[in-house]
Amino acid sequence: MRSPRPTPRSVLIGRGILLIGAILLLAAPWITDANGLQIAADLLTMFVLAVMWNLLAGYADIVSIGQQAFVGIGAYAFYGFGVLGGVNPFVAILLAALTTLVAAIPSMAIVFRLRAAYLSVGTWVLAEVCMLGAGKLEAFGAGLGSSLPVSFAEYFGDTPAARSISAYWLALGLAIVAFVTTYLLMRSPTGIGLTAMRDDEEATATAGVNVLRARIICFLWTAPFLGLAGALITLQQLRVAPDLSFSLVDWTVYVIFIVVIGGVGSFEGPIIGTVVFFFIREYLQSWGVWHFIVLGIVSIGVILIEPRGLWGLLRRVIPEDLIPVSHRPPRSSDALP
Amino acid sequence: MSEPLLAVEGLTVVYGQFRALHGVDLHVDAGEIVSVIGANGAGKSSLLKAIVGYAHRAAGTISLDGTDLRGRSTAQIVKAGIALVPEGRRLFPSLTVEENLNIGRSVGRAGEVSLQTVFETFPMLADKRRQPARELSGGQQQMVALGRALLANPRLLLCDEISLGLAPVIVNTLYEIIPTLARRGIGLLIVEQDISRSLAVADRFYCLLEGSVTLTGRPAEVSRETVTRHYFGL
Amino acid sequence: MNTVGLANQIVQGILIGGLYALFASGLSISVGVMRFVNIAHGDLIVLVSFLLLALTASLHLPLPLAIAVALPIAFVGGYLLQRYLFQRVLGKGILQIVLVTFGLSIIVENFLQGTFGADTQRISGGGIETATIPLPGGIGIGVLPLMIFLAAIVLIFALDRLLYTTQVGAHIRAVSDDVDAANLVGLSSPRIYAIAMGIVGVTVCISAAFMSVWQNFDPTSGPDRLLTAFEAVVLGGLGSLWGTLLGGIILGVAQAIGAQIDVSWQLLAGHLVFLVIFLIRPQGLFPRY
Repeated sequence: MRSPRPTPRSVLIGRGILLIGAILLLAAPWITDANGLQIAADLLTMFVLAVMWNLLAGYADIVSIGQQAFVGIGAYAFYGFGVLGGVNPFVAILLAALTTLVAAIPSMAIVFRLRAAYLSVGTWVLAEVCMLGAGKLEAFGAGLGSSLPVSFAEYFGDTPAARSISAYWLALGLAIVAFVTTYLLMRSPTGIGLTAMRDDEEATATAGVNVLRARIICFLWTAPFLGLAGALITLQQLRVAPDLSFSLVDWTVYVIFIVVIGGVGSFEGPIIGTVVFFFIREYLQSWGVWHFIVLGIVSIGVILIEPRGLWGLLRRVIPEDLIPVSHRPPRSSDALP
Repeated sequence: MSEPLLAVEGLTVVYGQFRALHGVDLHVDAGEIVSVIGANGAGKSSLLKAIVGYAHRAAGTISLDGTDLRGRSTAQIVKAGIALVPEGRRLFPSLTVEENLNIGRSVGRAGEVSLQTVFETFPMLADKRRQPARELSGGQQQMVALGRALLANPRLLLCDEISLGLAPVIVNTLYEIIPTLARRGIGLLIVEQDISRSLAVADRFYCLLEGSVTLTGRPAEVSRETVTRHYFGL
Repeated sequence: MNTVGLANQIVQGILIGGLYALFASGLSISVGVMRFVNIAHGDLIVLVSFLLLALTASLHLPLPLAIAVALPIAFVGGYLLQRYLFQRVLGKGILQIVLVTFGLSIIVENFLQGTFGADTQRISGGGIETATIPLPGGIGIGVLPLMIFLAAIVLIFALDRLLYTTQVGAHIRAVSDDVDAANLVGLSSPRIYAIAMGIVGVTVCISAAFMSVWQNFDPTSGPDRLLTAFEAVVLGGLGSLWGTLLGGIILGVAQAIGAQIDVSWQLLAGHLVFLVIFLIRPQGLFPRY
């Protein structure tokens, strides 16, 4: 009874598709042009945001609508250290992550004192404060923001084409690191505790899993990644500005749509969601504001019909997760898998 | 033979993977006091909740005067004449005694029971009528819960563990009222863990074990050991 | 910063607190009764404002008549929204509620932008916006802010009476105490929630009526209103309507003082005061839960 079942064909096909996707991503600089790389880098950054929002909302029970705060802090820190401070740009990127992590710590005093939906609006209040505060910083161009000096950007490549390749590699690197390490986090005792809590809160509480500690870890985990994303966005957009770096629409609304439509609470969800988002944006962008209305209606429809999103629909026919985060007990246990 | 007031046939209630009731048959006639006894987890509360439309019925019929109550909401069932005194009283803590009682009146049928009747039946509640329910003792709360159900003018009254956590003196008072209700033609279905108390007042009883009826009869006709055996499933 | 100017601003801020209390009263009901935060709350206020705009500008109705027309629409709208949308996700976890209300917020904002354009709007009050009552000491009280403040007091008083002296109010308090018990004894909680949401719709309409005359608004004004309402509710203490008025006043005064320092400090001052007070006393000033 201990020999593993043969993996179902649909699961193998699904994993195969993921593998092909990964190879294409690695080969992208040789396959497509600068324009394509820009779109790809943008999508990869959105993917990172989606993975982080999914971690918080789908596993840690923190439905944040303020993660644009951390994105903006990362962007401004990157600009501050790199452009104003004259620090090595790569070091500036890392400092952006560190700054965001440091900023996350006091914000927990607000976030973890609010429950449920009040928490969500509380994160929004914090984000508003950050955005308004950023608009007061003269050194960063106050309300209008400021552009990255060319000399700074040239550090990442002499030509715009070279820069877009660098930006792409950075985005891809961040996406891979974010995805893999977050996946490992969910397979660790912390993560398993959270997944178990999501599935059966009472049992978890009695088993002594420290849920609050796990949620704090997740919250702090996302901060540096969001900050890194903010730095990369600054590099892609070549400027910082309150309404750009702290944009609710770009860094939270779209992200929520991606994750919800793709599937909250799974690792396949953000992948599917990002792909769907790409197509929606390509083809619906010309509709102007109406494409938001479509996105909104589709999201609400998804929540009402199949809360686990497109992946939830697929999961009805695919018997296993492609990227398993199930609660297998730790290896030291004698229990059957 | 006339139609029983309440007829339950083949009732099965399922919560997710757990089957709370399995093929339960019982009936209550107008003016009859029927007891349901059973250990914790035997399914007694699920039975009452199913009758009042609050638990999902997987199979079986529940009829009031021959009409199946399938598909009706709890609000409709209460309007049709079934009232529940829930386990644990379940009063509205911030509402006053009078407000709690009036809720019963607003969800029920027209009839002869009024606030005055309730205060005559439970005199000690009269001067507490404007106090929030949370300030009352357990026994007083139970009286309010009973009064709330009575104000709905039910034809069938369901009582879920009304003696739980109360001093014997108070329980005596409550159980003195039960026969007077039966004499007025109300059918009563009483769920209790206290076997002696409930069998002393009942015309008939059912014993539930793990979701099924294992014994039924008249208290006078069944020996104590038989009952105990079926209660514990020995 | 001269004292008379500052005093004027503070008086203004107190009165504007009334407007914030109007915004917050609806949120307070949905938070206290149904236990959820409607993220689209601010956008619904803006939606009704645009409805009033359409009634007054396109149909040329006088404002009081437009309000009278909008009130029942707002009640029915709130009822239907609760009964057929929010009810389906209540009790299913916060993720679904947040997502549905957030999605609704986005839909409303963009619908308004697509239909009315992005321009800022205002409804003319026929001069009442600028009328002031002079007081000794050089302080002037704006007539409209005073009306708004009085309306807030009247509304909160009316809601209080509704909740504590009517049968509907008793039912609403019952389901907010213990919704399972309410269902068990025969109350229909979906219907009672829907009525409560209808009442919220009425407060939204009243808020919109005053806001659209006193302040500029555009399709994206919703979130600011939501955040203000939310802060007033949390500051006042969840479940306390009078606390919400006090919360609104605190925010109004904070914003007024901020604006005195510099216009760009206005919003930030309000948020910062909220954060500081929240950190010191997270349960609010008059908590009932």
